[in-house]
Amino acid sequence: MTISIQYFARLRDEVGRAGDATAKPDTVHTAGDLWRHLHDSPPPPRLMVAINQRHARLDSPVADGDEVAFFPPVTGG
Amino acid sequence: MAVRLFSEPFDPWALVRERERELPLEKLGATSVFVGRMRDFNDDRTVQGLFLEHYPGMTERELERIVLEAEARWPVDACEVAHRVGAVNPSETLVLVAVWSAHRIAARDACAEILERVKHEAPFWKRERLVDGSERWVETNTPGS
Repeated sequence: MTISIQYFARLRDEVGRAGDATAKPDTVHTAGDLWRHLHDSPPPPRLMVAINQRHARLDSPVADGDEVAFFPPVTGG
Repeated sequence: MAVRLFSEPFDPWALVRERERELPLEKLGATSVFVGRMRDFNDDRTVQGLFLEHYPGMTERELERIVLEAEARWPVDACEVAHRVGAVNPSETLVLVAVWSAHRIAARDACAEILERVKHEAPFWKRERLVDGSERWVETNTPGS
């Protein structure tokens, strides 16, 4: 089982790819942990996160098999 | 409740008329409609075009959640939400929110609430193309703008 990660909009440009996939390390418990594990840096300001296509928070727990998305503030409408 | 995404231009008034054919209009005294179109200017710059990115799956789910929560909060009888995705040209419709109710206040307030939540919660992102060919991401939807 892996966690699949997607990046959207400006964040995808900055990361340089559309997504990642990783087995959940024992040190990763939350979406914020996952960001730090993947990018070796703290989450950027105003980062939004969704887990399994629902809005979540950086302190929301993540589990193997989850679909996690990171994105900047939304600008629709 | 109907939520739709369009990758091509759509006529918001045709969607309203189409929906009204199946509604008991004799019981619905109020219809509140918001149509948002693409401007050709933003932040003092001329904008030639827009690309609307979305998160397939989550975007539809969020729009449905926003409408269901509005239907639970106000006595409304029908809601129609449509949103463009992909490449958009100035003057084309970006978003339609239409709400039918027996009474005006429910229709008006639910329509306004749905629109604000679409702008601040549904996963869409705008990238503008300027006249010099450069592109920029729209950073934020400010309240009331």
